[in-house]
Amino acid sequence: MQIWEAFKMALSAIRANKLRSFLTLIGIISGVASIIAVMTGISVIQKTIEKEMSVLGTRTFQVQKFAAGGPTSEEEQRKIMKRKVVTVAQADAIREKVKTVDLVGSELWDFGYKAKYKNISTNSNLTICGGTPEYPENNTHYVRLGRNLSHEDVKVGRKVVVLGHAVAEELFPFTDPIEKRIKVDGRRYKVIGVFEEKKSAFGAGFDNYCLIPVTVFQRTYGRFNKQGRERSVNVTVRAKSAELLQDAIEETRMVMRFERNVKPGEEDDFTVFSNDSMIKSFNDVTAGVKAGAFLIGLIALIVAGIGIMNIMLVSVTERTREIGIRKSLGAKRRSILTQFLLEAIVLCNIGGVVGVLAGFGLGNVVSILTGFANAVPLEWAVGGLVFCTIVGLIFGMWPAVVASRLDPIEALRYE
Amino acid sequence: MALEIQNVSKTYMMGTEAVHALQSVSLSIEENEYIAIMGPSGSGKSTMMNVLGCLDTPTSGEYYLEGEDVSKMNDDQLAEIRNQKIGFVFQTFNLIPRATVFHNVELPLVYSGTPPAERILMANDAIERVGLTDRATHKPTELSGGQRQRAAIARALVNKPTIILADEPTGNLDSVTGREIMAILDGLHKAGNTIILVTHEQEIAEHAHRIVKLRDGQVESDVRPNRVGRNADVVLN
Repeated sequence: MQIWEAFKMALSAIRANKLRSFLTLIGIISGVASIIAVMTGISVIQKTIEKEMSVLGTRTFQVQKFAAGGPTSEEEQRKIMKRKVVTVAQADAIREKVKTVDLVGSELWDFGYKAKYKNISTNSNLTICGGTPEYPENNTHYVRLGRNLSHEDVKVGRKVVVLGHAVAEELFPFTDPIEKRIKVDGRRYKVIGVFEEKKSAFGAGFDNYCLIPVTVFQRTYGRFNKQGRERSVNVTVRAKSAELLQDAIEETRMVMRFERNVKPGEEDDFTVFSNDSMIKSFNDVTAGVKAGAFLIGLIALIVAGIGIMNIMLVSVTERTREIGIRKSLGAKRRSILTQFLLEAIVLCNIGGVVGVLAGFGLGNVVSILTGFANAVPLEWAVGGLVFCTIVGLIFGMWPAVVASRLDPIEALRYE
Repeated sequence: MALEIQNVSKTYMMGTEAVHALQSVSLSIEENEYIAIMGPSGSGKSTMMNVLGCLDTPTSGEYYLEGEDVSKMNDDQLAEIRNQKIGFVFQTFNLIPRATVFHNVELPLVYSGTPPAERILMANDAIERVGLTDRATHKPTELSGGQRQRAAIARALVNKPTIILADEPTGNLDSVTGREIMAILDGLHKAGNTIILVTHEQEIAEHAHRIVKLRDGQVESDVRPNRVGRNADVVLN
């Protein structure tokens, strides 16, 4: 007997008991839908976060005192606090000694300032970055209007500023900001440029800041921040090519270890990260959520599988006479086995398809609610259906074996 | 020789008691014979039918079907024999309720692995022979008892079997319809089929040309009267 015939038989049996088939399927549907929904939801968030996290260019990495994405434990926090600061001199050393890099920028950051133009003032939540001309390239945040900082600006310590999109909009709703004189934190600066808008799915976006020469920042705000801690420079480094990124990271580490007198065998007292490493650490977090969702879905599917087995056993008992008839007409054990096994598998897969579609729908509700890009993780859909087939195979096997072993005489006599 | 059984015994265990349903029965049936097996309940009639129909194997003895020893075959081999060489007609029709007449008739061909195109021709041919062509797409529940039995006969015929084994084929039918069904079986016999009729009704048995009576698991009589049907009618009426 061909598989296609058994398939047709399975479909006709499922159709003959629509309500019962449907009730049995609810278990499978909810199991598959829950797995797919969570996976889709995570994919939606992941896709967005990967985009958001790509603040650094594909061949750029950053060297800093603090851990990327925050410390993982209090103990680590204490250790990191004790680290020496990263300095502009160390950035210069990287620029000089590492041959695989072409751009090395320095950044100092501080938060909670106010900018003012004539009688218009921003809130006291402005971020100031003291940076170098490498800033736009290394952060993939480019100047839309006017010009970028020049090496000259940094060297001479000119009091010039490049405004973030949000700041420019606020201070200059109707006029051209270029060449205008504004006050940042009560000090006078000349506006030389405006950054392009950097949209973010997470809240306000990264537009509420301004960039001034790092030398001006140092001169104005000194070595220590408001909490009295010594300021540490974030060094952004661009490898000459994407292929050289890993080499560049390694060489930079060596230079940094040398500059900071890290003894052989001791671990780095600084952090180097790239987009990839940040995305990877995010994925490590979501891996736990995924594993949890998978486990819950797995349990749901096993419960659903037991439901399938139960209903198939009922079905075999109910159709004992049919099995007897089929055997009297020459159906071999394998034909009966195939028929009932396929029925369980088809049943599971109908549930699987509905579950996958429902899961995609539910998962993408996240994207509708948040405005994130929607996602359809096809690999999970395929995985879900494969899994349904396995559930059908495992839990349909016993009823099918029972059916195939029925004695034709007994079965024909069954009322 | 269509089939031959030699010293066939069948013993069942009913709880702790052994029931000797058949005791060393021997019988041979020629090709194109029309034979009735009769006997009261408990005579071993059903067991005889199960053994002849290859639904069951004898405890001892041999069974040759077209020269092939089927008494020692396993389940799957028996299934193949049933599929190829035996057509069953049951008292309760035994059609699959959710399948149409066509699909019921087609089923033995599905199990024999006949290609679809050929299956359609053969099934339609069998349905036509029993005069059910206009009911081919109906389900059994939409048919009368006589039509259901005709569908069952079409199914029994479709694989061109060596023997047609009819177990009380008119048992669930009124006498008019019963006569129609017997007329079809008579016609099949004339067309060359070997027919084994299992019944406890004398009137039905008299359609056959040979009557074997069983009692207590043994052959009580085996008669081949000339034109048995006509004479018996006279006697009974």
